[in-house]
Amino acid sequence: MTDDPATILTAYKPDLTKARISKRYAAEKRFRMYGLSAIGVAVLVLAILLITIAGTGYSAFQQTHIAIDVNFDKESIDPQGTNDPGVLAEANYRGIARQSIRHAFPEVTGRRDQRNLFRLFSGEIDFQVRNMVLDDPSIIGTTQRVWLKAAADIDMLTKGFIDRSLPEGDRRVNDQSLTWYDKLDRDDRVKKRFNTTFFTTADSREPEQAGILGAVVGSALTLLVTLVLVFPIGVAAAVYLEEFAPHNKWTDIIEVNINNLAAVPSIVFGLLGLAVFLNFFGLPRSAPLVGGMVLGLMTLPTIIIAGRSALKAVPPSIREAALGIGASRMQTVTHHVLPLAMPGMLTGTIIGMAQALGETAPLLMIGMVAFIVDVPGGITDAATVLPVQIFLWADAPERAFVERTSAAIMVLLAFLIAMNLAAILLRKKFERRW
Amino acid sequence: MENVAIEMDAPVNDEPMAAEEIKVSAHDVGVFYGEMNALREVDIDFRINQVTSLIGPSGCGKSTFLRCLNRMNDTVDGCRVVGSIIMDGRDIYSKDVDPVELRARVGMVFQKPNPFPKSIYDNIGYGPRIHGMAAKKEEMDELVEKSLILAGLWDEVKDRLDEPGTGLSGGQQQRLCIARAIAVSPEVILMDEPCSALDPIATAKIEELIDELRQNYTIVIVTHSMQQAARVSQRTAFFHLGNLVEQGDTEQIFTNPVDDRTQAYITGRIG
Repeated sequence: MTDDPATILTAYKPDLTKARISKRYAAEKRFRMYGLSAIGVAVLVLAILLITIAGTGYSAFQQTHIAIDVNFDKESIDPQGTNDPGVLAEANYRGIARQSIRHAFPEVTGRRDQRNLFRLFSGEIDFQVRNMVLDDPSIIGTTQRVWLKAAADIDMLTKGFIDRSLPEGDRRVNDQSLTWYDKLDRDDRVKKRFNTTFFTTADSREPEQAGILGAVVGSALTLLVTLVLVFPIGVAAAVYLEEFAPHNKWTDIIEVNINNLAAVPSIVFGLLGLAVFLNFFGLPRSAPLVGGMVLGLMTLPTIIIAGRSALKAVPPSIREAALGIGASRMQTVTHHVLPLAMPGMLTGTIIGMAQALGETAPLLMIGMVAFIVDVPGGITDAATVLPVQIFLWADAPERAFVERTSAAIMVLLAFLIAMNLAAILLRKKFERRW
Repeated sequence: MENVAIEMDAPVNDEPMAAEEIKVSAHDVGVFYGEMNALREVDIDFRINQVTSLIGPSGCGKSTFLRCLNRMNDTVDGCRVVGSIIMDGRDIYSKDVDPVELRARVGMVFQKPNPFPKSIYDNIGYGPRIHGMAAKKEEMDELVEKSLILAGLWDEVKDRLDEPGTGLSGGQQQRLCIARAIAVSPEVILMDEPCSALDPIATAKIEELIDELRQNYTIVIVTHSMQQAARVSQRTAFFHLGNLVEQGDTEQIFTNPVDDRTQAYITGRIG
């Protein structure tokens, strides 16, 4: 035997048998399968989620309407024939609408029965008739077939969510109404039309009058406040920490704290907003201003962290190049580093905004969960936001709110997808390689 | 002993008088990174119209020293420079010297070509613009053109000044960086291994360029290639483990070094 290391080493041979190689291939194949099945499960769950939401929600985009021959009686609208919008707006349209409905069902005579008959229709039909007159005063004195909006229960009946086989007492629509409905249906006077109300009004107690516009505008105003507050502060903080601050104990503490803040549960920011913005500074409750400030606090760490990593991604050689020809640090940052980091910063900001758009908990704490029937006109008006609107509707007992909840989720998801898509496109467009 | 360096094809038309004039002179320069003493007691002069090579093994402190000459080390956290570096009679580390202004007078070319991700024109024009060197468009055009001509790049890029500088080849990028440095009319040009990322042909072009630039500037070049030092420089300084071991005319250093360590390095025994 020899002690020569080379001789000893050559005695050890690699195992190149087929069994070993096929075992390795099998392991690789197995690993691949694990990955594929993980992705498969994820895609399946996502598909189930989306299909459930879309399946429940799509019907909310349609609303049942009932055709009635409305007599736009000149005597009750504008007896003097002034055509003055002031006069036209003041007329008794409820009376006109009801008169026309009674006319369509001459056999219904009792007061109580007539009241039940009117309940087939939405409480909004007088506005519907009035708007027709205001849009086109020439229809006064004529009789027109108008598609009046049906009540939510009738809408549910049309969409098949009310079980006719149930005993009358357990049903939302009684036998009498069913008879009237069937008569209208036989005459082809019941039709589902596109539900414009859903996109043009704010919340309402009546499902057929409820819409998401108030929540969409509320979300937009809130996000606007968030963006205006957070973007300059976030960019300035990221630039200072990354480009100018000395690396010492203090900046380490700040960095750790920023990272921790990004992980603080959002409801804590809501409590902070309640205690500081509402109770201490006395800012208005339920307002997008306060909502935006709270969401700003919540997204600020995300944006600073994204901004810093975007700045870190700019190669140091660019900074050296600028400094080397006599640019000051400030010029180096504003002329070279910041423009190169901006796409990354914007991407981070959009993702932070998307996160803020989907946030509910902190807004509950500052009163944005209130029932608000007006579309907010400014950042100090009471408002609600999309996810809170979903939360409110999910809580409502009426069957018609179930589909509206899902429809609102679809709208929210559409906004989120659009924002994330914008972030991806931005990144793709300005992506740079060195 | 002046100008007897081993030169490739240098036009020998520089006045010997000017060659004697000292532009920058370092006294007792030391550099500390925190507690670590990276460079000790460096005394060296750089003369106008001469190329001085700094050679030595990796980590010997030659790049660190080069970066002292335009105060690039100021931007490094925890870096401290002691001693004095006198340029035109003023200590560049004295309080009344603005490092930004100094860097306009002492240009730098880096190891890896680092053009800005902007057009070729803007790469050259950026320096003159921030220093307010050209008020009118025509003046700027002239500055850009002359800089590119001097850097030997004009004929290759004159038709595509709007194209990004990052789209050029490695050698062209490095010449673009040299043009960018000379556009702000520096007096001294520092080069930190300018050819280490280039192929031999591009390297030859840069070396030729360095030799031409010598007529107008004081050049200090850090290089790992002893052949390059021999080809382009008139004076050579050898650094080892943070010390300036030996300096002298390039020919003397390469043919008859005084110190054993220099001898060992240039013959390839250490490094």
